[in-house]
Amino acid sequence: MNIDNIKSQFPIFNNKVQNNDLVYLDSANSSQKPQVVIDRIYDFYTKEFSNVGRSVHYLAVAATNLYENTRVSVQKYLNAKDKHEIVFTKGATEAINLVANTFGQKYLKEGDEVLITELEHHSNYVPWHYLRKLKGIKIEFAEINNDGEITLESLEKKITPKTKIIAVTHISNVTGAILPIKEITELAHSKNIPVLVDGCQGAPHLKLDMQDLDCDFYAISCHKMYGPTGLGILYAKKKWLEELPPYQGGGGMISEVKKEGISYGDLPNKYEAGTMATAQVIAFNESIKFLEKIGIKNIVSHEKKLMDYGLEILKKNNSVKIIGNPRNKGSVISFTIEGVHPHDIATILDEDGVAIRAGHHCCQILHEKLGLAATARASLGVYNVKSDIDQLNDSINKCKKIFDLK
Amino acid sequence: MNLKELYQEIILDHGKNPRNLGSIDKFNRDAKGHNPLCGDKVHVYLKLNEKKKIEDISFEGSGCAISMASASIMTDLFKGKEESEVKEIINDFLEMIKEKPELSSQKLQDDEKTKLMCLSGVKQYPMRVKCATLSWHTLTSAINNDKKEINTENEKI
Repeated sequence: MNIDNIKSQFPIFNNKVQNNDLVYLDSANSSQKPQVVIDRIYDFYTKEFSNVGRSVHYLAVAATNLYENTRVSVQKYLNAKDKHEIVFTKGATEAINLVANTFGQKYLKEGDEVLITELEHHSNYVPWHYLRKLKGIKIEFAEINNDGEITLESLEKKITPKTKIIAVTHISNVTGAILPIKEITELAHSKNIPVLVDGCQGAPHLKLDMQDLDCDFYAISCHKMYGPTGLGILYAKKKWLEELPPYQGGGGMISEVKKEGISYGDLPNKYEAGTMATAQVIAFNESIKFLEKIGIKNIVSHEKKLMDYGLEILKKNNSVKIIGNPRNKGSVISFTIEGVHPHDIATILDEDGVAIRAGHHCCQILHEKLGLAATARASLGVYNVKSDIDQLNDSINKCKKIFDLK
Repeated sequence: MNLKELYQEIILDHGKNPRNLGSIDKFNRDAKGHNPLCGDKVHVYLKLNEKKKIEDISFEGSGCAISMASASIMTDLFKGKEESEVKEIINDFLEMIKEKPELSSQKLQDDEKTKLMCLSGVKQYPMRVKCATLSWHTLTSAINNDKKEINTENEKI
């Protein structure tokens, strides 16, 4: 598969958006879908649909097998030890909530500390905040440095004997900083502290190896990985899934239900209550195959080249200020233009078909720290090409012209 | 409606050089407004005399060109107007931004209507409507003296 022709596999680019070719630079928010994923959803509903894990008829058995095939594909893709370490959720947000809720229920008490960072997306802060309200735990924030990075040292500074779990992002969705997860887990484990990684920005863009990273939990958003919406994945070490209580109660997650008591199902059913996003899970297998076919190494180098090009071009552009300067950086470029509010930037770029995001990107803690109400963000996916960056720059220039900037 | 109509000269001018920016002496009503999605912030001050007439009005704030221009045009418009007129015009403006094609208040002169209609460009950009209306909701709160901060994400506005 030639990576420069990858755009042709995404049908959204065949259509004009408001009479423009779409320049999609919002993949950190959500990625577009390749034809194979769209087809798989259509085919499943057209020819193969049944609920999984319940009935014994032909379609139910076939659907169950397809559903479980994705679990195995994900296990292999993540290099997890066991397929039962893969739990499907409705999103990465639910995956983090699952851990915060069950871990908090069982192991956290008043005065205990959860260590997160100033880079975290609200979905890796708010679920812990509930525990602050409910149990009186404390939330500590490791601080960013001037480059918008979280270093091992800045985390270590905040670890105390009361730290019960560390929850960090893999890649910042604003500064693009890649956190040293392996080093963080080594440090944390030396103090018997488990580590949760918010992998929303990591999973689509980095080689993943759970056994190597050795984190305890890793949350994934499938729609950012060229997969369907409504689906996320929680990777968790088996011992945790066995030890932690169930999250939601309902059908599918039980073993035996009696008036006087209930016993819960084995893994992974224990955490998959109710009818799951069946079509999405089955289609996500195509996303994994798609990524494997291109090869994560190729994806990493393609996106790195584009990002370096983007940084080079935008740094040359007067009045554009890049937010953060991390040494290890994922394919996210957040910026401001002196004198133009990010929402005005986004609206003006939109007229040229350039889709970016403006706002606080669900990172109000970070924006407050940076002293910014909002930033504009261009983020890359596998389908982006050099001309997308050129168009971004041209549209930024148009924006500057409207606002009389040089 | 296109981008040029949203970012008209008058909007860019008011956005870049907002009128009535800053606090005023001896204000007797004020209110704050916040749009957490954009980060727009506005603080409206007014001096209402005993005849319920706006003697002076100003605002402090930061935000996008649309929100700044809207606050600037609004404060310019209401200086010297009476409370009842102001309330009627606020309603008229908010209805126009939400659904009505034109402004209908008899309290508005034609040139005032023309100026306000410059803000109607946001109708095509639903995500930006709150940018244009934040200062207007905040002014209502100030007039009513109800001491509550307007938050565009908490209100049905």
